[in-house]
Amino acid sequence: MATTVAEPTRRDFLFIATGAVGAVGVASAIWPFISQMAPDAATVAAGAPVDFDLGPIAEGQIVKLFWRGKLIFVRHRTAEEIKTAENTPLSDLKDPEADSARVQKGHAQWLVVYGNCTHLGCVPLGNEGPYHGWACPCHGSIFDTSGRIRQGPAPTNLPIPPYAFLSDTKIQIG
Amino acid sequence: MIKNRLVSLVAGAAALLAVAGPALAAGEVVQPPRNSWTFAGPFGHFDATQLQRGFKVFREVCSNCHSMNLIAFRNLSEKGGPEFTEAQVKALAAEYKVTDGPNDSGEMFQRPARPADRWPAPFKNKQEAQTANGGAYPPDFSVIAKARTYERGFPWFLFDIVLQFQEQGVDYITALMQGYKEPEHGVEVPAGKYYNTYFPGHIIAMPQPLNDGQVEYPKDANGRPQAPETIAQYAQDVSAFLMWAAEPHLEARKELGFKTLAFLLVFAGLLYFTKRKIWSKVEGHAHA
Amino acid sequence: MSGHSTYVPKSAIGKWFESRLPIVGLIHSSFVVFPNPRNLNYWWTFGGILAFMLVAQIVTGVVLAMHYTPNADLAFLSVEHIMRDVNYGWLIRYLHANGASMFFIAVYVHMFRGFYYGSYKAPREILWILGVIIFLLMMATAFMGYVLPWGQMSFWGATVITNLFSAFPVVGETIVSFLWGGYAVGNPTLNRFFSLHYLLPFMIAGVVILHIWALHIPGSNNPAGIEKKTEKDTLPFHPYFTVKDALALVVFVMFFSWFVFYIPNYLGHADNYIPADPAVTPAHIVPEWYFLPFYAILRAIPDKLMGVLAMFGSIAVLVFLPWLDTSKIKSATYRPLYRQFFWVFVACCIGLGWLGAKPPEGGYVIASRILTAYYFAHFLIILPLLGLFETPRRIPGSIAEAVLGKQGSASAMAAGAAASPNTKG
Repeated sequence: MATTVAEPTRRDFLFIATGAVGAVGVASAIWPFISQMAPDAATVAAGAPVDFDLGPIAEGQIVKLFWRGKLIFVRHRTAEEIKTAENTPLSDLKDPEADSARVQKGHAQWLVVYGNCTHLGCVPLGNEGPYHGWACPCHGSIFDTSGRIRQGPAPTNLPIPPYAFLSDTKIQIG
Repeated sequence: MIKNRLVSLVAGAAALLAVAGPALAAGEVVQPPRNSWTFAGPFGHFDATQLQRGFKVFREVCSNCHSMNLIAFRNLSEKGGPEFTEAQVKALAAEYKVTDGPNDSGEMFQRPARPADRWPAPFKNKQEAQTANGGAYPPDFSVIAKARTYERGFPWFLFDIVLQFQEQGVDYITALMQGYKEPEHGVEVPAGKYYNTYFPGHIIAMPQPLNDGQVEYPKDANGRPQAPETIAQYAQDVSAFLMWAAEPHLEARKELGFKTLAFLLVFAGLLYFTKRKIWSKVEGHAHA
Repeated sequence: MSGHSTYVPKSAIGKWFESRLPIVGLIHSSFVVFPNPRNLNYWWTFGGILAFMLVAQIVTGVVLAMHYTPNADLAFLSVEHIMRDVNYGWLIRYLHANGASMFFIAVYVHMFRGFYYGSYKAPREILWILGVIIFLLMMATAFMGYVLPWGQMSFWGATVITNLFSAFPVVGETIVSFLWGGYAVGNPTLNRFFSLHYLLPFMIAGVVILHIWALHIPGSNNPAGIEKKTEKDTLPFHPYFTVKDALALVVFVMFFSWFVFYIPNYLGHADNYIPADPAVTPAHIVPEWYFLPFYAILRAIPDKLMGVLAMFGSIAVLVFLPWLDTSKIKSATYRPLYRQFFWVFVACCIGLGWLGAKPPEGGYVIASRILTAYYFAHFLIILPLLGLFETPRRIPGSIAEAVLGKQGSASAMAAGAAASPNTKG
């Protein structure tokens, strides 16, 4: 009697163990095929910090550059643009953020932001729109001179990439 | 039944050999001697200190003529390689200048290399390399250890499957570095060419690249070089370095291979017993 | 793929779906309850192994295509980029490159199993011919795949093989320049080969579906070579053959892994790690091992056109095999003479493979000619005559009798099978 009970139990265990090991094998075999989708070693290494010279940028000018293949705007703001940005009440903003938090101390004339609209990634046009910041041609998002969202479907302000001032006229991005 | 099969197989093979026999002597190959490599076999791994010495030989000797376009400075600090520190690699890269640009005024410019940059080539292009080397193009070294081999012949090529012999390339390169000799009697060596025992056809355009004491090796605690400063040692070290350059993920590959095969062995065992269990109910197949 | 389904869905949604698209029933009747001859040995597991290899090649290939660049200046570099910088790129590329060889090992075992047990005979002629078509598509796919890394063997292999077509009178040169898209193998050639290398596997998959469909009409042949008659002759596909196929597949994957992880370049050519150079031909132009017997036949004939025709003929003759073999008996187990000739034919194919790797000079050429003549004689003379003169052994009345009637000889058969056609063809 004991054997007839033990028999199916042992068999079930064997089947379950085989099935479980097989499932683990299939799952492990899938991993390399998912992992290969990640940015490769060369792309990651090319993301090392890059230096950028601010000297040639005139007041009022916006310069585009790339870091890790992503677009970045560097804007040399006029005194008036800085004043408007600083004096905007936070209550007027969709994504409230003070202008002082978006530039580095003592370098308020330099705004460095990612250049893709936070809505769906188009490139907004500079010095356009009612706030003279940026206006996105795709879906009408309007940004001010601090790169903050003021109108339209974009949910957040243009993000700030990591950067530091090496000197008054040189920044390192990354 | 099996005996009959064997007889016909052997008869067929014998007939074949009888006819093909005369041709066997035709292709003469000087087989390079076998070396013992840390990276051979199922648990093979690179010896980082050897790769560092090999890199020094490459840098001070080979890289004067040979490019290594696929290797970036950053590779030198990666796991499973020479494993220099990142700071060492950064400092090393900064010693070299690479061309970048164009800048805003459209000019190409020189800047110090960064770890992400590739190893700079000694010549601008193939034509310049040829002109500087008497018409012979010094081949790129990125995958050279996998691009060179020699005929193993029957039956060794079958044993190689089981014994995992994959080191023909490094054995050949090691032998080539030590193969410079006076030409055998009756062999004419043209001007600007050299005689080498292991080079196919023996006439090689590269002069003997290595000499005893040519490259200074790092010193150990007693102030003696960590390895002999001889041609033989240089040849082995630089060959090991070239093997790593050609197959930078060799260690990871062999490690993953052991895990995979161990797993599959367990899985195959479980399937074997499952299969026996299922078929045990079938009349006439109790242990098939 | 096996006629009427007996599958009855349990849930209401299942019934609703099944009455509109009876695909679950199709799978159920084809791969769950399908009655297989109970005596299938391990040589019959290679069909499943081949299906796995096709899927594995497509999956690894699609992933490689995400990182590969089909441009003459960049192809070699992009392959090295995969080997060095892409996460697990080395693994995926080595799986794909060695997978091609494993695919051919499995297909040759599958074909020689068919030769031994007479699986090509009525009522399985169409099944066999579909198999020959798959084999041809595989050869085209493998050849074009080998060109893609754009190393020296890629380039010169492409040059030599495309030049085969120049043997045809009048239109030959035009065909070749159309294949190349230029006046030599170059960037347009590489681009179209990549396109076709991506396309053909899906055509193979299509013909494989027809192959399985045609298989499920009469069902599998079996070591006894007699058709299934009653339920006593068969066992359901699941679990008996699913578990048997799974075991064989895992053992095969272990063999595959040995190559991928430990000797990944063993089956390749060192010369293909030298970037393509149209000015220098490697000392020995040798195709991949799975083409060697056909390459030997090509070189055995001293005339260019005749050599090309002989090479294509050596595959074309397989299409006519069901009618060239005049014997009424399928399995070599009951054909004492054919069994001898089968093994001589195996030796002949191995011999041709060995000669295909040797330089075309002296004794090698003579040996190639003898074996080429024998290769064709096997199909065109020996097989037709053998059926007329051979006295077969007594054939069991049914599959069940073959298994149960004589326990002793059943184990002898298994031992014999273990020594049978595991060889390069």
